[in-house]
Amino acid sequence: MRALDRIALILGLGFLYAPILILVIYSFNASALVTVWGGFSTRWYGVLVADVPLREAAGVSLIVALASSALATMFGTLAALALDRGGRFAGRRLFTGLIYAPLVMPEVITGLSLLLLFVGFGLDRGLLTLVVAHATLGLGFVAVIVGARLRGLDRSLEEAAADLGANPARVFATVTLPLIAPSLAAAFLLAFTLSLDDLVIASFVSGPGATTLPMRLYSQVRLGVNPEINAASTLLVGTVTAIVLTASWLTGRRGVA
Amino acid sequence: MASTPVPGPAGLLTCAGLGKRFGTHVAVADLDLTLQPGEFVCLLGPSGCGKSTLLRLIAGFETPSAGTIHLGGADITMDPPHRRPVNMMFQSYALFPHMSVAANIAYGLSGLGRAVRQARVDELLRLVRLDGFGPRRPDTLSGGQRQRVALARALARSPQVLLLDEPLGALDRALREETQGELRALQRRLGTSFIVVTHDPAEALALADRIGVMEAGRLVQIGDGASLYERPASRFVAGLLGDVNLIPGRVLGREPGGLAGLDTALGPLRALGAADGEGVIALRPERIALARAPSGDEPALPGQVVETTYLGDRIRLHVRMADGSVWRVSAPADAESPGVGESVHLSYPPERAWLMPAAT
Repeated sequence: MRALDRIALILGLGFLYAPILILVIYSFNASALVTVWGGFSTRWYGVLVADVPLREAAGVSLIVALASSALATMFGTLAALALDRGGRFAGRRLFTGLIYAPLVMPEVITGLSLLLLFVGFGLDRGLLTLVVAHATLGLGFVAVIVGARLRGLDRSLEEAAADLGANPARVFATVTLPLIAPSLAAAFLLAFTLSLDDLVIASFVSGPGATTLPMRLYSQVRLGVNPEINAASTLLVGTVTAIVLTASWLTGRRGVA
Repeated sequence: MASTPVPGPAGLLTCAGLGKRFGTHVAVADLDLTLQPGEFVCLLGPSGCGKSTLLRLIAGFETPSAGTIHLGGADITMDPPHRRPVNMMFQSYALFPHMSVAANIAYGLSGLGRAVRQARVDELLRLVRLDGFGPRRPDTLSGGQRQRVALARALARSPQVLLLDEPLGALDRALREETQGELRALQRRLGTSFIVVTHDPAEALALADRIGVMEAGRLVQIGDGASLYERPASRFVAGLLGDVNLIPGRVLGREPGGLAGLDTALGPLRALGAADGEGVIALRPERIALARAPSGDEPALPGQVVETTYLGDRIRLHVRMADGSVWRVSAPADAESPGVGESVHLSYPPERAWLMPAAT
């Protein structure tokens, strides 16, 4: 039974990660043909660095990811605070549902509805709409992560601070915030990767001059896959993996900030 | 300008008609409590009796549904916690995990100069015998040390009243008894009024000037330990403070000395107390004298020993009485103690037996 378990695990993990592994391996392919191994080389990384449109797309992705995850963290934290601390205000359940809904909403729906909204407001599609859309996407995740930390927080810590003469603002700044800081950082990083990865919503809400990295890669793939795409994807996978590992390490830490 | 003192309620802290409801649950009901300056009061009761809620009402973490709280003549009923000159020591200690011991203690001292604050922190660390522990983090301390940091932090602002929620609850038994003495000595030295919430009667008796017994949100009796132990107001109070035999009966009349005569299942018995009609005699096990033959003392109630437990300094006996009830008797541990199955006669001084109304 034990051996069977192990085989099942290896098969499962293989199914999940083999395609990514192949992509990484072929990014070091010397050959120009994606499916033919021509020896080890880093030449496609060189091509990548020289590819100006791709570099510009990466720059857009980075700016959008930074701005949108900052916004998502701010508003998501406020939402989590309101839901956790607001007492039993009317419509609290509804609000909770509304915050969590984008987590399970098909991205096509989110993208389409945001597009309709932006068109309705007469907003030019571009960097701004991308940032707003991705902030909306990340907000729910931030609220869930920060909310979990808030619920785990010993309320008597904040009461003790108030008891010792601290007004609500000082209680928040000196006790609440430092104690939930790890979850804020983790939430920020997850919102960042969500934005970095997103293709569907970006396709709906971006405009000319605001092409993100996934959009650029996707359009290049349609013209034919070359190892340069593999190299770019490998860098993206590496970045996202590093961020997710950092985020899970941050949420895993307990108590001390 | 000569100011006339505000004719407020007497005492340092006064709760009048205080009540707190959570939805339909009544946590505290119609509670009156007056605390004198320098007094040590214990609130005693089982969990859920409302004693912690009362503490939170005084600290300002809960808003009362009814009644008022006055401190030093000023109405603080609606003041937020950070504006009340009372401090609280939490059951969980609630030490800030991201700050050093010194920063924890200094938290309430903002607004003072750095040097003054440092001097006060050092003074408090000395007070709780934690010199040199300032730079440590709370999670590197033992339970007893954390308890003392929490105490020092709560004392930092020199509160008029210190509220302590189960302050010794998280300590092991040996440390608890040692800390009881320290806490009492500290309170005497500082002269600060303490209100301690506890569920441990022995702790309340050891610590308090006065004990307030709470039952289902009400303060059912308040007084010094001896009066509560000797003259409980109800079965609940009698049972809470220690082992007790309860003997129901009907009051027939009173002697000139104040002793009431009752008709009970064991025949006529006498006890002290003001109740009339149906009553219950509360008789402590250690008040009962045990003899193998009738000694001439009244009453001489026959019984049979059904169980003995050796407790070192005392022997606890269970004696089956003529009506089938079992009395608990606590006798000095000596060789002459009767064994299981032996017939004995029990007597007690009637002025040490307390008569309570049966309804309670």
